[in-house]
Amino acid sequence: MAAQEEKAFVPKILVFSSEKISDPAIDLAGLLKKHYPPTVYNISIPCTSGVKPGWILHALRSGIDGVFVASDGTDCAYRSDCSDVTSATIRAVQETLKKEGINIARVKMAAICSVCADPFVNHMKSFMESLKEMGSIKNELKN
Amino acid sequence: MSENRGSIKKKKIGVYICHCGGNISDYVDVEAVKDAVRDHPGVSLVKTTMFTCSDSSQVSMVEDIRENGLDAMVVASCSPKLHLMTFRDVARRAGLNPYNYIQVNIREQSSWAHSDHPAEATDKAIHLLKAGIEKARRLGDLKPLEIEAVNRAVVVGAGISGMRAALELADMGTEVFLVEKEPFVGGHTVQWGKVFQGEARGDEIVERLYNEVRKRENITLFTGAGVTAVKGNVGNFEVTLTLLPRGVKERLTKEEFAEAVQACPESTDDAFNFGLTRRKALYDCGDRSFPALQAIDFGACTKCGKCLEAAHGKIDLEQPEETITVQAGAILVNTGFDPYEPVKGEFGYGEIEEVITLPQLERLMELQPGKLVWKGKEIRHIAFIYCVGSRLPEGKNTYCSRYCCTAAVHAALKLCQNYPGIKTFHLHKGIRTYGKQEVLYDEASRNGNVFLQFAEGTQPEVRKNGQGVEVHLHDLLTLGKEIEIHPDLVVLVTGMTARSDPGLVKTLKLPVGADGFFNEVHMKLRPVETVMDGIYISGTCQGPKNITETMTSSLAATAKANALISKGTISLEPNLAVIDEEKCVWCGKCDEICTYGAIEKVKKGDKEVARVINAACKGCGACLPVCPEDAIELLGYTNEEIFPMIDAIAEEIRFKEKHRVEEEVTEPAATDEDWHIKVEKLDEKSKKILLTLEEEPRAVPEIAGETGIPVKEVMYRLMSLRKYGYVKDTNEINEDEYYTYALSHETL
Repeated sequence: MAAQEEKAFVPKILVFSSEKISDPAIDLAGLLKKHYPPTVYNISIPCTSGVKPGWILHALRSGIDGVFVASDGTDCAYRSDCSDVTSATIRAVQETLKKEGINIARVKMAAICSVCADPFVNHMKSFMESLKEMGSIKNELKN
Repeated sequence: MSENRGSIKKKKIGVYICHCGGNISDYVDVEAVKDAVRDHPGVSLVKTTMFTCSDSSQVSMVEDIRENGLDAMVVASCSPKLHLMTFRDVARRAGLNPYNYIQVNIREQSSWAHSDHPAEATDKAIHLLKAGIEKARRLGDLKPLEIEAVNRAVVVGAGISGMRAALELADMGTEVFLVEKEPFVGGHTVQWGKVFQGEARGDEIVERLYNEVRKRENITLFTGAGVTAVKGNVGNFEVTLTLLPRGVKERLTKEEFAEAVQACPESTDDAFNFGLTRRKALYDCGDRSFPALQAIDFGACTKCGKCLEAAHGKIDLEQPEETITVQAGAILVNTGFDPYEPVKGEFGYGEIEEVITLPQLERLMELQPGKLVWKGKEIRHIAFIYCVGSRLPEGKNTYCSRYCCTAAVHAALKLCQNYPGIKTFHLHKGIRTYGKQEVLYDEASRNGNVFLQFAEGTQPEVRKNGQGVEVHLHDLLTLGKEIEIHPDLVVLVTGMTARSDPGLVKTLKLPVGADGFFNEVHMKLRPVETVMDGIYISGTCQGPKNITETMTSSLAATAKANALISKGTISLEPNLAVIDEEKCVWCGKCDEICTYGAIEKVKKGDKEVARVINAACKGCGACLPVCPEDAIELLGYTNEEIFPMIDAIAEEIRFKEKHRVEEEVTEPAATDEDWHIKVEKLDEKSKKILLTLEEEPRAVPEIAGETGIPVKEVMYRLMSLRKYGYVKDTNEINEDEYYTYALSHETL
């Protein structure tokens, strides 16, 4: 039984969301009982342009299998280039991951508007499937 | 790992886990969550509550904090959007710093999102709560920024929204500078005749508001003026107003005006009539001019001076532009909309002379009250084509403009009433006369107006036909059959577009959405507010609205602004960027990325470093990731707080399995042999409720009536009794259509 459970790898995803835009979408998904994998965890910050590369790297190095940044996109109340700024951070993280031999597809970003419950759920489901195919990050960390 | 990370500031944390009736506890095992965090470092007290937000829970939380000397508080309940301020206030009432409070969302993001996997939902709730506790342990005693506020507002735009806002602010004691870009107030509403609902005309509404504005001593109206620079911040903006020359110093008499207009050689399309007529460079809007002082259109005027003789010194073509600076605590933007201008050839517009827009038809009706004539021909048949410039499949105008279906149907009814014999055809892709406006559609349908719906993805075609025009469409109700209409006039029902004013956007630094309208922070949770503290948007500059909705949003902005600045001081969220000056080597990257000008270069000993201008920082954090030295932190979201949260989420927790085992061995109370003993142990109120169910199933109001227990309390006690197996749903409703509940056992 224990061995079977060990085989059933369930990835863990950390989502960085923004308090004013993507958080309401994630809340809306819950409100509408739009189910997504329960191993998706959320840390919200004022604006995703403020996500530090170090936070994403720390999450992956701590064994979280994937990080998803739910960016504000053009709806951002702070800045219209929010997605550009956030994607620059993602690219910087991916450069570091390449050097460390970690699959860069473990970090994803998409613009999630305040009512984008369905897109969020779809992203979580597809990201979860991708991560299952990639396997546990622990295998890559060992390298 | 998290034990050693950062300094631990809080050692006596109170943790509250909410059942939310059953919203959380129906899926998340709150007792398992409680057990999981009971011994977590820093946790001094942990409780589960039925409704943490209830008054009684709040009172007991205040007592807990005081009696146990708690230094921070974590509530695991619903979204912070709903109760963050509620519990911050609890902390404040108990003498705690309100920022020593963390709300963890285990409802929307756990119990509801994962109601299909209760065990995993519990597992997730534990992770999230632990992350919240880890953050709480490191919370600093932040203080809101207190700044002085000037009780004066600049209201930009003197249409109906701006004038309404100015009046309300003035009546609440706030001094107002009302700034209108055009020489006359009233926006587009002054151009309309009778408007739905009621009998009022648009110009009458404007006149009434304008006359009220003139009566207020604490409103200063500037026409022909714009906001050209804004410095400072919420509470104390320094607003530069540029006053454009009007050219007319004193009102010309009727005779003087007629003579001067006659003398003026320059003419241009009259925007007041949407180009249906021409006017001279010296102009007014007839008896719809507010103020009545005429104006020179310097865009059309060549300063030939031919008007001067007739004006008897009342015209000055060399009036200078002036600028003045005012201090204001808040700015309310009410800059309105522009009607969509169809592109040349769009449904024949600009190419076929029988094609006009709805705003043009409104003016045509005002100009021709007796008989409607277009290009010398009396109009008998009109075809309206809806959703022109709205609900487009792509581009900026994918939105619905909300007002135009009603405006078109209302115009058709005015045509029926004022021009007997006119027939109208309405070519639409779904009429949206929502709310009370539906009565108009009903009336129009009964009055012989013909509504023809074309399918999404198709559209009517307007063709020139000899001396006339013909319109073809595929009618949805007759399975796409092609219908041909020969109207005298085709009216394009154009929507609202965002008024293009790049100067104002740049000056106010307001975010604009993909549709071109100003963005509010959140349409439901923080409407009319912008990310720029102290700057509010209302009316149609935020998005399409009818007059009623415009007024409502205007009043909302007014209330927000007055509440903000009338107290004399303002408290701001303390989420500011802070720079570690020891680490900083001034590379300038933070300054480059900051769009608010919140970074300044200062001398620190023998080196230059960046420093944050607190009053300008909006707390977005965009400067954080670009710093190569990791020298910038955002208060409330520091490395010291975020890293342990990540650690808590990454931690392997085996509660899922434990939870499952517990579920298997726990039999519900309903099948317990010691049922009677268990009932005896219940509190008196719960027993009272069970007694009412002994004879037959009952609904909540009936139980409340019989027991004298308030309805709300009956409700949550029932939920609890149901969860633990004492009562069950009957899935039936009583004659008053309330759901009924029954005992799980036949007798008590």
